Amino acid sequence: MALAGVSFQVSPHSIYAVIGPNGAGKTTLFNALCGFYQPSAGSVRFEGHELLGLPPYRIAAHGLARTFQNLQLFFNMTVLENVMAGCYLRARTGLIATALRLPKVRREERQLRAWAREALELCELGERAAQSAGALPYGLMKRVEIARALATQPRLLLLDEPAAGLNDTESMDLRDLIGRIRATGVTVLLVEHHMPLVMSVSDRLLVLDYGSVLAEGAPAEIQADPRVVSAYLGGAVQYAV
Amino acid sequence: MPEQLFQFLVTGITVGSTYALVGLGFALIYNASDVVNFAQGEFVMLGAMAAIALLGAGLPLPLAAILATLATVGVGLLLERFAIEPALGASVVTTIIITIGAAIFLRGIAMLLWGKDFHSLPPFTGDAPIQLGGATVLPQSLWVLGVTVALVVLVRLFFNRTLIGKALLACSFNRAAAQLVGINVRMMLRLAYGLSAGLGALAGILIAPITFSSYEAGVMLGLKGFSAAIVGGIGNPMGAVAGGLLLGVLESLGAGLVSSGYKDAIAFLFVLMVLFFEPTGLFGHKAAERV
Amino acid sequence: MRLAGFYLCVVVVVLLPMVFPNNYFVTVVGISAGLHAILAVGLNLLMGYAGQISLGHAAFFGMGAYSSAILTTRFAWPGVWAMLAGLMVTAVLAWVLARPILRLRGHYLAMATLGFGVIIHVIMVQATSWTGGPDGLTGIPPLNLLGWVVDSDTRWYIVIAATMLLAIWLSLNLIDSRIGRALRAVHGSEFAAQMLGINTSRAKTQVFIVSALFAAFAGSLFAHQQGFVSPDSFSLTISVELVTMVVLGGMASTFGAAGGAITLTLLHAGLVVFQDYEMLIHGVLLMAVMIFMPQGLFVGLSQAIRKIGHGLRSGNRP
Repeated sequence: MALAGVSFQVSPHSIYAVIGPNGAGKTTLFNALCGFYQPSAGSVRFEGHELLGLPPYRIAAHGLARTFQNLQLFFNMTVLENVMAGCYLRARTGLIATALRLPKVRREERQLRAWAREALELCELGERAAQSAGALPYGLMKRVEIARALATQPRLLLLDEPAAGLNDTESMDLRDLIGRIRATGVTVLLVEHHMPLVMSVSDRLLVLDYGSVLAEGAPAEIQADPRVVSAYLGGAVQYAV
Repeated sequence: MPEQLFQFLVTGITVGSTYALVGLGFALIYNASDVVNFAQGEFVMLGAMAAIALLGAGLPLPLAAILATLATVGVGLLLERFAIEPALGASVVTTIIITIGAAIFLRGIAMLLWGKDFHSLPPFTGDAPIQLGGATVLPQSLWVLGVTVALVVLVRLFFNRTLIGKALLACSFNRAAAQLVGINVRMMLRLAYGLSAGLGALAGILIAPITFSSYEAGVMLGLKGFSAAIVGGIGNPMGAVAGGLLLGVLESLGAGLVSSGYKDAIAFLFVLMVLFFEPTGLFGHKAAERV
Repeated sequence: MRLAGFYLCVVVVVLLPMVFPNNYFVTVVGISAGLHAILAVGLNLLMGYAGQISLGHAAFFGMGAYSSAILTTRFAWPGVWAMLAGLMVTAVLAWVLARPILRLRGHYLAMATLGFGVIIHVIMVQATSWTGGPDGLTGIPPLNLLGWVVDSDTRWYIVIAATMLLAIWLSLNLIDSRIGRALRAVHGSEFAAQMLGINTSRAKTQVFIVSALFAAFAGSLFAHQQGFVSPDSFSLTISVELVTMVVLGGMASTFGAAGGAITLTLLHAGLVVFQDYEMLIHGVLLMAVMIFMPQGLFVGLSQAIRKIGHGLRSGNRP
């Protein structure tokens, strides 16, 4: 999916949603932001840094984290280990120190464990810490991905269809979780199909269609926009939130 | 010098044809099941050894060749039924080890049946060399070439013209979808194993008069066939054929111009170089993962 | 309790020669089993944890062995210096090779590592003036560790057992750490690992070098212990055997890898009685374990034991 002329700004500490029909280029946009795709032209500026052209691991170091539309959980680890892996950037010890288990490694491990626990608690996964990530129900797996992303201590969190495959109760739990995440000072960029969730949680919305911007604005404006209604919401369908 | 080069080329294409057939077998099985069958070389060895044994038992050569091929097809089917099917869906490494186990097992059987000695098959039509533009060509080389071309054409026709061939092709693209449109995927798997065992056996029988055969002969041939399939882009049957020929020619040139002792090293160095610059082979399609 | 399994290993390794003194299976087969365990534990870091298959690991084993052999016999270097030189050479080669090779995936990676193994093996056979060709090099002196000459089976048992335990300890530490989790993350999902800030190609390069160093170290010990080296000990068959050990014991388990190595070595020694049937049995066992216990012998067994334990506990509940 190609993107053309898509430009938008996300203000700090806000929740910004990108919506659009399947194939509109939402995930492509995310992949371009994260460095998985290298766009032929354009610019991604984050806190004054140019991110375009950097490999994903360098972008992560700038304070960006994300979850994935197709789960990318580490099924070969426990829930706690998944989230501890998320703390990678917050620790320093290298190969030789860890192999020899030097005292500073022990201290660091304790600290990482505590940080990971914190992220798990925020996502209400505390009791699942010791379980194998692959043994969780789907909804919880998605939550572990969020916890893992939070463990990197991001300033911008990209959520790629976090509600896909969740039932209504789980989606509303998710809404609360996104709210709590914002409350910790993290900016959230969200791609989502679940309209009640999007409309209730986001401050601003970007509507994509066929790789270009259809509309941009606050939820109420978007819902009133006739172009959006006909192109995306399917004309007659209206969402009451 | 040009004559010499031509000679190397002829030798290379002859050996390369064998690699091509083995590589084709790899590609067939890979397409049907995503499994790389490390016992492929053993099919080659079994074909050659069985034909030699049957000939020794007094059968005429054509009959011995046919029976040996059928017997190897049987082995291929048994392998699929008792080692591959029970482990369907296992990880890549697990299936690799299973086929390696099968290879060791088949080698063990061959050693019990035919001992550790080298055996050889007489050439199909004498060994009076033919002069061809300054190069000496053994009649057996022509057999190898002719039969390989015929087999490759047949395989192509099978894929392009027959329903069952297209069904097999469909499995390689998307197994779940193939199953949905009513293709019996298990049957296809058996077919792939039978076919590639047959191709392997024929390759073995064709090359046996030129190189000697023993219970261990399949190891290197299998590796070269695997290389051919990889160089061609795994899962691309015609790529495997091209890869096999390329590998054979390069190896023969390397042996002639550099040193025969290093010919395997030259072949694999070529494979490494190809992979370093084209990580999915020369004719492979780049698979994109969705995030 | 993190190292409970390790301490158990130490106890077993120390007690074995006391319980069975001068036992062929302890002091002779045991030495070879221990060497294989070092190799398998190292390979498991790369294969089991980082998820990168290598069908050419015998090459690194051989590089350690030949470095020691060449430097001690032709240049009269002390064993320890030769060993260090071997480790250096191996590390450099692994580093050079790592980036292009670890860019490959799945069967392409299997092919490339296999090809590398064959190339090194061909060089061992062909570079006769250095390596002695197919006959190899003889007359490698026993290892001299600060005046303590390792020249008896018992002493070799001590050296190799200690090295094996060290290898297991290092591996356990590494895996349960920031670096180890990064490796496992690479195996789990490279995309996700990158988004956590892990430089995946650097992580893979690191573990490739570590794994190669384990092998080269084992190779140096092997050369001194045998007193001679020949290409046969470093062929493709050996590479395949090493992979088998790791998978047989159970991937992504340090004890599984060591256990697989020891089991397979004992099996080989035991199967010698069956002579011509050895290959047959070997092949069947491999297939059977992989079909019925794809997660490997030790991992499979420990899971079964845990399940039984769990059943007993829940059965006791009122």
